Amino acid sequence: MTLPQIFFAYFFVMILGLAVMVVTRRNLVHAVLWMLLMFVHIGGLYLFLNAEFFAIIQIIVYAGAILVMFLFVLLLLNVKQSLTASLFIRGWQGRAMAVVFLLLVFVISIKNLVIGPRGEYSIQRIEQQGHIKVIGEAMFNDYILPFMIIGLILFVPMIAAAVLAMRRHDGSS
Amino acid sequence: MIIVPPPFPNLTPFIPELIVLSVAMVLLLLEIWVKNRVFIAGICILTGFAVIYCLNMSIGITFNGMFINDIYSVLFKIIFMVCLILTVLISLNYIDREKPIRGEYYSLLLFATAGMMLMASAKDLMVLYLGLELMALSTYILAGIKTLNIKSNEAAIKYFMLGAFSSAFLLFGISMLYGLTATTDIYLIAERLKDTERSLPLILSMIMIVVAFSFKIAAAPFHMWSPDVYEGAPTSVTAFLSVGPKAAGFAVIGRVFYIAFEGIQPDWTTAFIIISVITMAIGNIVALAQTNIKRMLAYSSIAHAGYILIGIVTSTYESLQAVINYLMIYTFMNIGAFAIVILLDKGEEIQDYNGLSKHRPLVAAIMLLFMFSLVGIPPTAGFIAKFNLFVSAIHGGQIWLVVIAVIFSAVSAFYYLRVVMNMYMKDPLVEEHQIHLSPSLGFAIFITVVMVMVLGLFPSLII
Repeated sequence: MTLPQIFFAYFFVMILGLAVMVVTRRNLVHAVLWMLLMFVHIGGLYLFLNAEFFAIIQIIVYAGAILVMFLFVLLLLNVKQSLTASLFIRGWQGRAMAVVFLLLVFVISIKNLVIGPRGEYSIQRIEQQGHIKVIGEAMFNDYILPFMIIGLILFVPMIAAAVLAMRRHDGSS
Repeated sequence: MIIVPPPFPNLTPFIPELIVLSVAMVLLLLEIWVKNRVFIAGICILTGFAVIYCLNMSIGITFNGMFINDIYSVLFKIIFMVCLILTVLISLNYIDREKPIRGEYYSLLLFATAGMMLMASAKDLMVLYLGLELMALSTYILAGIKTLNIKSNEAAIKYFMLGAFSSAFLLFGISMLYGLTATTDIYLIAERLKDTERSLPLILSMIMIVVAFSFKIAAAPFHMWSPDVYEGAPTSVTAFLSVGPKAAGFAVIGRVFYIAFEGIQPDWTTAFIIISVITMAIGNIVALAQTNIKRMLAYSSIAHAGYILIGIVTSTYESLQAVINYLMIYTFMNIGAFAIVILLDKGEEIQDYNGLSKHRPLVAAIMLLFMFSLVGIPPTAGFIAKFNLFVSAIHGGQIWLVVIAVIFSAVSAFYYLRVVMNMYMKDPLVEEHQIHLSPSLGFAIFITVVMVMVLGLFPSLII
């Protein structure tokens, strides 16, 4: 085995194992901490693929922001043990069918993959200029309209939070 | 290395959206200082007229071919603006009556409208999806804006859950389409799919997109959210939801299926024929059993989605025109009917209308007009809309579908005319039917009545 293969095998085993740990923990705080470790490993995998921008984003956004939000929710709700609610869909047949269907869809789609025409962002160009610069160029030039709309999409839920959560003293909202 | 900055995108085609979005943001600030709701509503209505004025001058493609403003989208945007103006007119007094509704209402309406406009103008599937999300997020909040009302909360959460579900379907379909063609541009997809034969992933992605859009237009079997949401949401929001997002859904259906999926037209036609027949059946038959008028109108709007799908299935130039006409007329008659529901102090249950003609003959007559129009009885506009649609479908060879539609529209007469029968032939249950007439609501009812009558008598005005 070459060195990259050893690296890849390590991340492969660790990510799967940590994911299993996340879903099997009874204590929710432990589950979140295992998830943190998993996110860091996924970041390492990105770095290993020479995608430094994604590695940083993975750490900042997932490990930094989203996980902290999870922890806040756990602290606010004060849940130590995972809740055991009755299953929404009883019987394993329905779930098995859904899984088989999804698997089928994946297999069909992967079998029919086509290599699309090469765009202007070739591997050579990305290696030459660096990830962050190329992503910035693409995002702020080619995809400026979707970028702006995403800004609005983030803005509307903020209004929503204010509208839905704020209550005045007289009982009206 | 010298970086050459790319040219600034041409903003002219984007002006209508820019107007709506900037007014929405400015209103958020204004609402803090300006306590006078009439002023804010007036700004919304002016925005609507300003956009209609700008639309024809701003035709073109911009943002690297992601955004297109053509005649097709202009026609849909006019429908959205009419919907916005009428909704603002009927909300003005209603919001003061329903105390817990907050001032952000108007900016959310504008954000939802901007999302619909982006959907109608999307030339790229990414913009289409983001426009859809902008519209959907704003409408989720609008449905739940009566925060202390448990039904309104339920409506919002149901709408949110099923909306997220349908978004997942849409994204799945888009990603498979991207895997097949390596582009998200709708016109480029059509070009690249031209040489490839139909394959299983293509059909699968088509089905996923059909499912996602059927959720948005509330077509059966993906209609389950709509009666609960329409019942729970504030009535003015219900009027908006039953017209705006539906028209936007049809706009994207037209764009995506006529252009991107042109090559597999027989397949998506089959899918839509099945959905159309189920929709007409469920919408009309379940509406018979409703006792709440908002639920009844929800099922009626499901049934109307079924009729409009016939025009989509026919896919000729004539039928597409008939679809747009239908949506335009439907906007007037449906918002008109909801305006009457708002006008009455107690107007949510069908038996509240018992004997309305004895106390309020004019209100009863106007409701009668809207009910006749929704059934499609001449000389109202509803007749012209249905007639046009069915004629275009017969010309396009969908005779059986038209036969089914006519049968179900005969069934629909039962529940629409039951309201009329309650108003004219039953004795009133209450001493007095209270109404809340305000100038804006009266004006909205006046506009809708005039449009329903005029378009019914002189259909050549819009056809």
